[in-house]
Amino acid sequence: MSDDLETLRQETLAALAVAADRREWDAVRVGTLGKSGRLTALLKELGRMTPDARKLRGAAVNRLRDELSRAIEERGAAIEAEILNARLAAERVDVTLPTAPERAGMIHPISRTMEEMAAIFGAMGFRVAEGPDIETDWHNFSALNTPDHHPARTDQDTFYLPAQDQGRERVLRTQTSGVQIRTMLSEEPPIRIIAPGRTYRADHDATHSPMFHQCEGLVIDRGITLAHLKGCLTDFLRAFFGKPDLPVRFRASYFPFTEPSMEVDIGWSRKSGEIGGGDDWLEVLGSGMVHPRVLANCGLDPREWQGFAFGMGIERLTMLRHGIPDLRSFYESDVRWLRHYGTSPLSPALLHEGL
Amino acid sequence: MKFTLSWLRDHLDTTATLDEICAKLNTIGLEVEGLEDPGAALAAFRTARIVEAVQHPNADRLRICRVDAGPGFEEVQVVCGAPNARTGLSVIFAPPGTWIPGLEITIKAGAIRGETSGGMLCSLRELGLGEEHDGIAELPADTTPGQSYADFAGLNDPVIEIAVTPNRGDALAVRGIARDLAAAGIGHLRPWLAETVEGTFDSPIGWANLFPEACPWVLGRTIRGLRNGPSPEWLQNRLRAVGLRPISALVDITNFFAYDLGRPLHVFDADRVTGDLLTVCRGAGEAFQALDGREIVVSPEDCVIADVAGVQSLAGIMGGDATGVTADTTSVFVECALFDPVRIALSGRRHGLHSDARHRFERGVDQALPVAALEAASRMIIELCGGEASEVVSAGEAPAWQREARLRFARVAGLGGVDVPADEAVTALEALGFAVRQRDADEVLLDVPSWRNDIAMPMVLDQAPGLDPARARRAEDGARAVDAECDLIEEILRLRGLDSIPPVSLPTLSAVPLPALSPRQVRAATARRVLASRGLMETVGYSFVAQAAAARFGEVPEALRLLNPIAADLDQMRPTPMVNLLSAVERNAARGYPDLGLFEVGPGFSADGQTQVATALYSGHTPRLPGRTAEPVSLWDAKADAFAVLAALGAPVDGLQVTADAPGHYHPGRSGVIRQGPRNVLGYFGQMHPALLAGRGLDRPVVGFELFLDAIAEPKRRRRAAPDLSPFQPVHRDFAFVVAGDVAADAVLRAARGAERTLISGVRLFDVYEGEKVPEGHKSLGIEIVLQPVERSLTDAEIEAVSDKIVAAVSRACGAVLRG
Repeated sequence: MSDDLETLRQETLAALAVAADRREWDAVRVGTLGKSGRLTALLKELGRMTPDARKLRGAAVNRLRDELSRAIEERGAAIEAEILNARLAAERVDVTLPTAPERAGMIHPISRTMEEMAAIFGAMGFRVAEGPDIETDWHNFSALNTPDHHPARTDQDTFYLPAQDQGRERVLRTQTSGVQIRTMLSEEPPIRIIAPGRTYRADHDATHSPMFHQCEGLVIDRGITLAHLKGCLTDFLRAFFGKPDLPVRFRASYFPFTEPSMEVDIGWSRKSGEIGGGDDWLEVLGSGMVHPRVLANCGLDPREWQGFAFGMGIERLTMLRHGIPDLRSFYESDVRWLRHYGTSPLSPALLHEGL
Repeated sequence: MKFTLSWLRDHLDTTATLDEICAKLNTIGLEVEGLEDPGAALAAFRTARIVEAVQHPNADRLRICRVDAGPGFEEVQVVCGAPNARTGLSVIFAPPGTWIPGLEITIKAGAIRGETSGGMLCSLRELGLGEEHDGIAELPADTTPGQSYADFAGLNDPVIEIAVTPNRGDALAVRGIARDLAAAGIGHLRPWLAETVEGTFDSPIGWANLFPEACPWVLGRTIRGLRNGPSPEWLQNRLRAVGLRPISALVDITNFFAYDLGRPLHVFDADRVTGDLLTVCRGAGEAFQALDGREIVVSPEDCVIADVAGVQSLAGIMGGDATGVTADTTSVFVECALFDPVRIALSGRRHGLHSDARHRFERGVDQALPVAALEAASRMIIELCGGEASEVVSAGEAPAWQREARLRFARVAGLGGVDVPADEAVTALEALGFAVRQRDADEVLLDVPSWRNDIAMPMVLDQAPGLDPARARRAEDGARAVDAECDLIEEILRLRGLDSIPPVSLPTLSAVPLPALSPRQVRAATARRVLASRGLMETVGYSFVAQAAAARFGEVPEALRLLNPIAADLDQMRPTPMVNLLSAVERNAARGYPDLGLFEVGPGFSADGQTQVATALYSGHTPRLPGRTAEPVSLWDAKADAFAVLAALGAPVDGLQVTADAPGHYHPGRSGVIRQGPRNVLGYFGQMHPALLAGRGLDRPVVGFELFLDAIAEPKRRRRAAPDLSPFQPVHRDFAFVVAGDVAADAVLRAARGAERTLISGVRLFDVYEGEKVPEGHKSLGIEIVLQPVERSLTDAEIEAVSDKIVAAVSRACGAVLRG
C-alpha cells in the first residue's frame, strides 16, 4: 500500500477511535466517504489514470474503502450501543417500589354459597325460585299444615307486621317454604326448585341471628320416593363439601309439612372440626316427603303426585365449609372479615372449573 | 324430656347397652340431646376398709394406713392426712392413675416423707360430690371392700335427654319411650297394670262440667287422712335426675306420673276447697294466683276449675296457690282429666305459662288412660302418705277417640323407596300398640292406639283460596285417601331406620341441564360481580333497622314496622340497603378503616312492596402514593360504577338521562337521578347529604348510589347485525363552547351528537373551564368529536360542513357560543 493510502488509513482509524459521539463520528464518515471526502477524492482520481495504473491503484483504493467503511460502520454501531447503554442506565428505576394498591372487591360468603347451591342443584335439574320476605301467615304456616295452635308454630318465634286490608296476618317468613307453596300453585308438576333467601326468627344470641338465610328445595313428580330424597341430598352434600365419600346419615324426625320427616347428619370430627373425618355426626339439614295435606292445600292430588322437600341453613353450611367461627360476623360488614372470607368475583361458582 | 336408664328399665326389659339404646333412640326419631353418666367419672373409685392406721414416723399430721380395697388391692399402703383416718373405717379408695375430679389431678403411686403411698383415700368433695370435707368420707361400717363406689352409692344411673318432636306427645312419658324402643327391637315392654283402689266413702267434692268442648272428661277422688312429708329417696333421686325439684310427696307423685306415663295430674288440698263442687268452666275475667306466684287474669277462652270462692286452677296448665297442697295437707282431691289440646295451647300461649302439664296436654295425652292413671296415683299416694280413698267422681264421658288406619303394603315401597315384608310391617305396628282388625295379602286395617294422637287424626286442610273447585275437591279426596297411610309408613320406616333405604340419585331431566337462574336472578349475580370486580366489598345487612335511621332514607310506613321487634333498633323494614351501608361505613371508620367501598344487592321495602336494590357506599380517600396525592372519593366514582352496572345489565346507557333531583339523603347539588324516559327511575347517585353524616364521626366525604334492578328492562335477545368496520381513519375535532353556567353538559353533548347522524361516532367532554377567560356566569366546555367516514376519506370541506352543523346545533339548543 502506498504511503498516502496508509496515511489516510491511519488517520481515519485514529479519528474514529477518538470520535465520542454521533456527531464526531459522522464528521469522520463524511470526511472520508462523503462527497468531498478524502477517500472519495482518491476514487475520483482513478478515472484520470492510465488503465494499468488504475488497475493497480484501484484495487488498493477499493480495499482501503472496504476496510474504512467497515471500520466506520463498526464504530458507529459501537457509539449507538454506548448511547443506548447510557440511556438505559439513566432510565433505571427502583423496581421494588410497590404498585398502587388495588381495591380488591370480594363476594360475600353467603352469596358465594348460594351460587354454589344453584350450581350443584342446577346440575340436577333444579331451578332457583324466589318469593317475598313478607308473607301471609297462610303461605308461611297454614298451607304447610301448621295451623295457628300448632306447637311447631310457637317454636319458631315469628316476627309479625300489621295486617293489611283486613286480610290475613303478615309475617316475616320464618322459612322460604312460602316459595314452594307459590310454585305449586303457579306451575304444574314436575317441579324441581330450590328457594334460597332471607328468613327471620325472633332469636338473637351467639348461634342465632334474627335474620339468616335458608335454602329450601322441592321436588314433585310421579314416583318420587324417599330413596330419591336420600340420593339427591347425599349427592348435594358430597358435591358441596367436595368429599365423594362423605358419610351422610338420615334420622327420623318431624316437621308438620313432611311425612316421613328426617334430619340429615354428616360425618365430622368434633375434635378437629374436619368434615368427613372422625366418628361424630353433625346435623346439617331437615327434609321429608311432602305431606299429602300440603299437596292438597295447593290443589295437587297426593294420589297422583308426591315428592320431597328439604331446608338448610346457608350460614351454617358456610361456617362448616370454611371454618367460620361466629355467626354474627356475617352481618357486621367488617372489611377485614370480608377480605378474609370473601371470594373473587372472577372465580364464580362453575362446576366445570370445580367449586 | 329427661329420664334415667333405671327408670327406663322399669318399663323396658332389655339387655342393650346404654350406647345401643342411645343409637336406637336417634334412629327412631327420639334424638338424644344429652347424656350424663355421673357414674362414668367415678368408675375407678372403690369401697375399701382401713385395716390398720398408724402414725407416720416423719410427719405429725400424716397416718400410714394399711387398706383393703378388694380384689387386686387387698393390701395397699396409703399415706393419708385426714384426721379421721382410723383403723376399721370404711372408706373410698382411688387407685393410682385415677382422675380426681374435685382436685383436677391424676394421682400417682409414690412416697410421702419416705413412706410409700399406693393410692388415695377420698372425701366426697374430692369426688366432686358436694362440699363436705371434714376429712375422708366415712362409709357404713359393714360396707364390703372392693365394690365400685358409684354402684354402691347409686350414682351409676345415666340420665338421657331426648328431643321430643311436637307430634310425639306419647314420648313425653318414660313408658312411651320404652314402647318405641321395644318396637324397634331393643327389648320388651314390661306389662303395666294399675290395681284398683277401692273407694271407702263418697267423695265430699264432686265435679260439674260447664265447658265440655274444652274438657270432655274429668275424674277425681278425695283421699283423706294422709301426711304430706318429703317423698322417699328413690323418688327424689329420680326427679332430681330429670331436673325437677322434689317438693313434697304429693307434688312429687304428680310429677312422677307426668314423666312416667305422660299423664299430668293435679292435687287440690281438699280442706282448702270451698264448697263441695269443683266446676270446669270458662274464665270470666277474674284473677287468681297461680302456683308459680304469678297473678293470672282468665278470659272466657280459658278453661278454668273453680270452687265457690273463685278460680282455683287454669285447667291443664297450672293450679292455683290458694288450694295447693302444703306440708300440713291431710286431705286431697286428685284431678285427672282430658283437655282439648288446641285450647290448652292457646291459653298457655296467651298467658305465657309453660308447665309440664301444658307441654303434654297440648301435644295430646293417652285418651284411654285417665281411669287407670287415677288408680295408680291413688295407690302411690296411699303407699307414701297413708290415708284412704273415696269413690271416683267424674263429669263428662270418655271421648270417642277410636280411629282406624289402612295400609296398602305396596305403598311402603311406593313412598319409602324400600320393600318391607308385610309381616315385618305389621309386627312393628303391633309392637307400637296398633291392633290388626283385618288383613289380606295387599293391605291391613288397624286400630290406632289411644296414645298416638298423631296418627289418622281428622283431616284439617286449608286450601289455597281461589283454587278451581273441582281441582280442590280432587286434591282433598286424594289427601283423605292417603293421609293415615302416610302416618303408618312413617312409623314402619322410622322403626326400621331410614339408613336401610338405599339412596337413588334423581333421574336426569335433560342430558345438559337448563339454566337454574332466571334472567332477573342473573342480573343480581352480574351486578355483584361487576361491583366486586371494581373494588367494592359485598356486605349483607339485616332487612330491619331502627325506624329513626330508616326515616332518613325514605318512607317508613307503619305497615312495615314490626309488631314484635327483637330489639328497639331492629323495628322497621328498611327502605334501602343504604341504611345498613352507612352504619357499616361508620363502624369500619371507628375501627380505623375509613377508606373503603361497600355494596349490597338486597331488598328494599316500601308500601308498594319489595324491590331489589344494588347499593354502594364509598368513603375516605385513595391511598397516598409516590407522585400521587390522596384523592377523596367523589360522586364520579359512584356514577362510574353505577353506569358500569347498568352497562353490564344491558341498559341502554347512551340513551339514559340524568336529572338533578335525587332524594333527600343525597347532597342536593351533587347528586343525580338516572332515568330511562321521564317515568322510569333506574337509580340515584351522588354525594351523601352532609346532615346525614353529622355526628357520626365521618369527617370524610361519603358518596354512593342505589340502582333498582327490577326497573331495568330485560335486554332484548335480538340477533345483532354484523359490525360496520370502516377501513377509513376517523377524524378527531375539538370544540370549545361557552354556555351559561347552568346549562347541563349533557345537553351540549346531546346537541352535538344529534347534529349529524351518519358521521359522528363519538362525542366526549374533555374540559370544563370557569374563570376569567370566559364571561361571568358562564363556562367553557371542551368537547372532542369523532367523525367516522364510511365510504371514503372526508375532504376538508366535508369536515368543515359537519363542524358548522355541530356549532349551529349546540348554539341552538344551549345558547352556546364557539369560543374564539
